[in-house]
Amino acid sequence: MDTTKRRFSVRRLLAGVMGAGLIAAATPALAQAPAAGTNLIETIRNRGQLICGVSTGLAGFSAPDSQGRWTGFDVDYCRAVAVAIFGTDQNRVRFVATTAQARFTALQSGEVDMLARNTTWTLSRDTSLGLDFPATSFYDGQGFMVKRSLGVTSARQLDGATVCVQPGTTTEQNLTDWARANRVTIRPVVIERQEDNTAAYNAGRCDAYTTDASGLAAVRSTLQNPNDHIILPEIISKEPLGPLVRHGDQRFADLVRWTHFALIAAEELNLTSANVEAAATGDQRPEVARMLGRSGDLGQMLGVDNRWVVNLIKVMGNYGEVFNRNLTPLGLQRGPNALWTTAGGLQYAPPFR
Amino acid sequence: MSQTTSDPRYGLKPPKRPMRISWSDERFRGIVWQVVVVAIVAAIFWWLWSNTVRNLEVRRIASGWGFLGREAGLPIAESVIPYDPTNTYLRALTVGVLNTLKVAIIGVVLATVLGTVLGVLRLSKNWLVSRFVGAYVEVVRDLPLLLQLLFWYAVLQGLPGPRQAVNPATGVFLSNRGLKLPWFEWLDAHSWALLACVIGIVLTLIWRKKALARQMADGQPRRVWPVALLLCIGAPLAVWAAQGAPFSPDIPYLRGFNFQGGLTVSPEFFALLVGLTLYTAGFICEIVRAGILAVHQGQWEAAGALGLPRGRIMRLVVLPQALRVIIPPMTSQFLNLTKNSSLAVAIGYQDIVSIANTTLNQTGQAIEGIAAIMLVYLTISLSISLFMNWYNTRIALVER
Repeated sequence: MDTTKRRFSVRRLLAGVMGAGLIAAATPALAQAPAAGTNLIETIRNRGQLICGVSTGLAGFSAPDSQGRWTGFDVDYCRAVAVAIFGTDQNRVRFVATTAQARFTALQSGEVDMLARNTTWTLSRDTSLGLDFPATSFYDGQGFMVKRSLGVTSARQLDGATVCVQPGTTTEQNLTDWARANRVTIRPVVIERQEDNTAAYNAGRCDAYTTDASGLAAVRSTLQNPNDHIILPEIISKEPLGPLVRHGDQRFADLVRWTHFALIAAEELNLTSANVEAAATGDQRPEVARMLGRSGDLGQMLGVDNRWVVNLIKVMGNYGEVFNRNLTPLGLQRGPNALWTTAGGLQYAPPFR
Repeated sequence: MSQTTSDPRYGLKPPKRPMRISWSDERFRGIVWQVVVVAIVAAIFWWLWSNTVRNLEVRRIASGWGFLGREAGLPIAESVIPYDPTNTYLRALTVGVLNTLKVAIIGVVLATVLGTVLGVLRLSKNWLVSRFVGAYVEVVRDLPLLLQLLFWYAVLQGLPGPRQAVNPATGVFLSNRGLKLPWFEWLDAHSWALLACVIGIVLTLIWRKKALARQMADGQPRRVWPVALLLCIGAPLAVWAAQGAPFSPDIPYLRGFNFQGGLTVSPEFFALLVGLTLYTAGFICEIVRAGILAVHQGQWEAAGALGLPRGRIMRLVVLPQALRVIIPPMTSQFLNLTKNSSLAVAIGYQDIVSIANTTLNQTGQAIEGIAAIMLVYLTISLSISLFMNWYNTRIALVER
């Protein structure tokens, strides 16, 4: 009796100790996977695909089409980085849908390699999240959408109005800042999922819907009768949207940054998906020769193939092509996203040398 | 029966002998193993903690509770205490806790009342009534709560807009912006009257205890309700009247986009409350039914043989025994309702989870934000458990 009892308890203890040891042995591997100092480009290449965090569904930016294929402006940025790393294959991306609230944690924890998820670049996000904004892919600003039948023509007439807004975004803070500055009382309705938020606005729970102007155009295009809704002229904030990477792996950050600049520079130099192959051998301009890898080793400096820009532009097109493919159908103008060199916009690429 | 009749052998203890520092001593072995296990557990926790701190530092992710004092800047639709976006995160989180408590407390009360009534109806001899309640229980228990919440929210959104609001009585408006009710301006006199009411309830409880003690002594039942009426209603009214009986009504009216003034029940709060109440009442109904069925038929018959009327049999004999079966599972239901209120995020009611999520998103301090949510739910749940366990001990069968 005594011995069986003792053996039993000892065995149980040993099992417990071994279990604890296993956990202790397994967790460092998990915890240190995304640690600083590792070469993420190499990790992605070995894995065979880039893991990219996108929004849960915003027409024009990231939304699955009828075949379940992700399309949109942000999605194309993910694909562009994948093309830069892998050469010609734009399908070496796994898309992870993230809500506004879960996006930063997903990137911090290493669940995704990068975010391309209409995220506003702010000082506090840049400094306190352990993340970096490599570039501004889209210059945006916050606006309001109302039902045409309300007869409202300016945001200043919204005193006392109920406004639908998504939580955990700069949109929320801009709304309160703007209301305070203009002495306007706003009643917020704060619903987490963008689809539920739109549904609440559509059902009349809110008088107005607020988000970035590009988002408004996207949401408006998905409503049953887009013409029953108008976007008010006031833009109440600056929203520089762009991809996000983890702080610490500067080589990957450089690659994402210069992928964006390559798209811009290609448009500046009139390189398109149609003519880039010919330009790679025929174009005599020195910058084109450097950019497309005929001379110099700019690609190798970034840790990718020297002909990466040729592949990139051939598959994705230049910035203008990406914009026209995804955002022009929503009725969005280039506006501040026009090229500085030709149209006086804000998009501008540093020299490729 | 008294203590002296218990088995004298229970008092015997094995003889004490000194512990030897030897592996063959069972007590020594026991202590060694326990020290080893505690050390391993402590090491795991220390490792988790230091690993987290180190990784946060390496990635330059902000940590600490300093953000609580910063300006929140987040909009909150409804709040029990005054709140402005210029207030701190601490105040915003407090608003969230109070919103959670508001829906949990009202929900627990309503679910208990509704569940008990349904539980009794379920045992009704009327075939239609008992089957109807049975069908209700099956439907609400078998559908996910989130789905029910979205359903109720969608139903409320189907109401007409504020300009076409349903207006059944003066100052009462029902629209997709919620229910608007006439209210009155809260003045100091009302606070004093409320205080008098609370004191009245306490005094009534003391009076009831005394009355029961005297009934035990002389067998004469004493009426409690006239005293209760006087102390809980009469005294507060007198206090209010003594201060000049101030009353200024606050009737809602439509101006611009929305209604101004009056008392608002928002669609978000209402949908959450209705969803939680109906869902939990389904479970409570079954618990009450089981509790009543657990009391043996003989108890009814024995009490009837003593000449007690049916109402008193229920109140004095059956219910006290049924409660012993009902209380423990009921505690779980109260805890469930409180925790389920976190589904509020989906329909835009700003409870603690919603506000803490926004906070952790704006400050980037996920660990602190999640810790705050855990702390709040742990505190609320432990308080409910403590109270219910105390109540359970109080009504438990006193064994002699």
